Amino acid sequence: MYKYDSYDQQMVDARVEEFRDQARRRLEGKLTEDQFKPLRLMNGLYLQLHAYMLRVAIPYGTLNSAQMTALGDIADKYDRGYGHFTTRQNLQYNWIKLEDAADILADLAKVEMHAIQTSGNCIRNISSDHFAGAAHDELVDPRPYAELLRQWSSFHPEFTYLPRKFKIAVIAAEKDRAAMRLHDIGIQIVEKDGKIGAAFYVGGGMGRTPMIAPMIRDFVPLDQLITYAEACLRVYNRYGRRDNKYKARIKILVHELGKDEYTRQVEEEYAHMQQQGVEPPREELERIKPFFADPAFEVGAKSVDRSDPDFALWVDRNTHRHKHDSYVSAVISLKPVGGIPGDATGEQIRIMARLAQQYSFDELRIMHTQNVVLPHVKIEDLHALWTALDAADLGAPNMDSIEDMIACPGLDYCALANARSIPLAQRISEKFDASGKTEKLGELKLKISGCINACGHHHAGHIGILGVDRKGVENYQLSLGGSEAEDTSLAKITGPGFTEDGVIEAVEKVTDVYLDVREDGERFLDTYRRIGMAPFKEALYD
Amino acid sequence: MTDLGTSPDEVQFRFRDDEPADHGTVTADACCDQTNATAVRIEPGDDARTLLPFLDRLALIEVNFPSFGDGRGYSSARILREAGYTGELRAVGDLGIDQLSHMRRCGFDAFAPDKPLDAEDAERAFSTWDNVYQRTTDGRRTIPELRHE
Ligand code: HEM
Ligand code: SF4
Repeated sequence: MYKYDSYDQQMVDARVEEFRDQARRRLEGKLTEDQFKPLRLMNGLYLQLHAYMLRVAIPYGTLNSAQMTALGDIADKYDRGYGHFTTRQNLQYNWIKLEDAADILADLAKVEMHAIQTSGNCIRNISSDHFAGAAHDELVDPRPYAELLRQWSSFHPEFTYLPRKFKIAVIAAEKDRAAMRLHDIGIQIVEKDGKIGAAFYVGGGMGRTPMIAPMIRDFVPLDQLITYAEACLRVYNRYGRRDNKYKARIKILVHELGKDEYTRQVEEEYAHMQQQGVEPPREELERIKPFFADPAFEVGAKSVDRSDPDFALWVDRNTHRHKHDSYVSAVISLKPVGGIPGDATGEQIRIMARLAQQYSFDELRIMHTQNVVLPHVKIEDLHALWTALDAADLGAPNMDSIEDMIACPGLDYCALANARSIPLAQRISEKFDASGKTEKLGELKLKISGCINACGHHHAGHIGILGVDRKGVENYQLSLGGSEAEDTSLAKITGPGFTEDGVIEAVEKVTDVYLDVREDGERFLDTYRRIGMAPFKEALYD
Repeated sequence: MTDLGTSPDEVQFRFRDDEPADHGTVTADACCDQTNATAVRIEPGDDARTLLPFLDRLALIEVNFPSFGDGRGYSSARILREAGYTGELRAVGDLGIDQLSHMRRCGFDAFAPDKPLDAEDAERAFSTWDNVYQRTTDGRRTIPELRHE
């Protein structure tokens, strides 16, 4: 894992001091709330329905057990004992006091963490594949490139007041586990003619106008990665729309200019940038890479004793093939039946940290599906790990099932919400668990957002649910056929919306259609793609 | 000609030793037509590159920030410096303490905020970063460079 050197540490410490100073000026009345707002946002501090919310950055979703422990401690010390893992591989605290914010940032800085650029119209935390460095199917570990981009994007002097927020994802496998093409910039590390480089996809995003990013260049040489990204950003900073915040994301610029014209402008800027020497020295990438070298894997058992069916089910559902055949990556579900998706208590967070130390070379990952991964678990340790997880209510065997749903905070916390997402998620998971249908349905990605901003990725759900406000009444729109994986697609709305009870019934109905007509090995999504919307509509509205 | 620029008196922070330019400032459009203008003001929507043919005769370029949240002026500044402009580059308008260090890094060397800023806070802000990650034309050695000296 990457370790800060004195320079990285100094940057974060400087930011804590800067924020302390800003908070002081706010409390002294030298800054109005209007002036303070963009500054606190730059430090991940939002004002929500009931309290401040603090969002902590977990770069490319990777952290060690000391960092995880600190997150648990902060949950207990400054929040109401919970942390909430988000779809951007970050962590949010929902009950923070302004007076405490600088102290929390100082606690985070002690373990090389921060909340820098987790909100505001700047380049946000870089996300990546949660199985990076462990997956059997990756070309290389994408995280050294993500780290290079992290440094470049931290306190970038030109790109701190962009038209809108800016999200970058980096992957290095054909299988996309990071919703790469739904980011402002998606980077896939690829190989061409024996050389490693980066394919750039620009202009994806969710929100009210979801778009899938087109590829604008199939190969950027690695020693020009930063230069090319800088060119993409400069064109956006200069020409992205600022007249309407709903049209300010780069996806709108790329869409309005057309992919070809945007690409032409980027290429022109890139040619200019190449003369400016903005690329970090080559040695920097070489310095970063060893931090992500493989831990000392040992040969061991290659299979588990399946005599305990509960354990066997968890192994089948919640482990992912590792590049070393004596290991797997183990997914810790934060979706217990009837729970709040992505929530963990301070104590659970510390338990996961301890288990990472014991069983996963001190490393954890946060998934965009709001779960936690222990990336490198020895197959022979799985039973001990599962036993410990189960005892801490962390052993739900439901990865990628309908119970493993994404849900945004919704009306329970969020000031922008139209409808509640959490209670809906809880009821659906209880219902499907009770009927035993979860198992039959197999992979089914359900995603719920409480408003059009789409924090819950509903556009990319095999089944998506969107909370809308109809004349002051909570109402839910259902959509089908989305995917955030390498076969990226946007879900289509089924028709008129439903009440809370109605939408639960509707989910039930569409899954019944699937179970009736599915062919061998088809997932819900495959069946939908084969038979189209009509049979589902018929079941819902006739 | 109406003078739309700030006067030297309104400049609160300046990091140059030469005499401040004290003459009428024209719009970017006018600058292109008018062969004798030596000071120009550009707005967020202006393309800084239209000024490149005239940089030799310009002593002052003002970049206006009608609202601090509109960051186009940062790109304008860097583009001008990257093209070799060495005259005064003055940020004017809605500037706050917390924009100063980034502006400085992008090449601004004079600041005329609408509302004067607390001098002590500003001094602290200008020296926020002991070191920096990105290469700009401010000539500072970057952290990646320092690591590999
Ligand atoms: C509770 C406070 C939150 C607020 C006020 C908030 C606000 C927003 C807004 C306004 C957008 C739309 C941006 C745009 O379209 O330009 C957005 C998008 C998004 N948010 Fe949130 N959000 C919150 C919490 C979360 C949480 C908890 C997560 C993760 C679970 C999250 C993840 C996202 C994602 C993934 C997007 C879509 C990005 C895209 O448009 O490409 N947000 N959020
Ligand atoms: S989708 Fe809407 S309701 Fe949900 S967290 Fe985002 S802004 Fe809030």
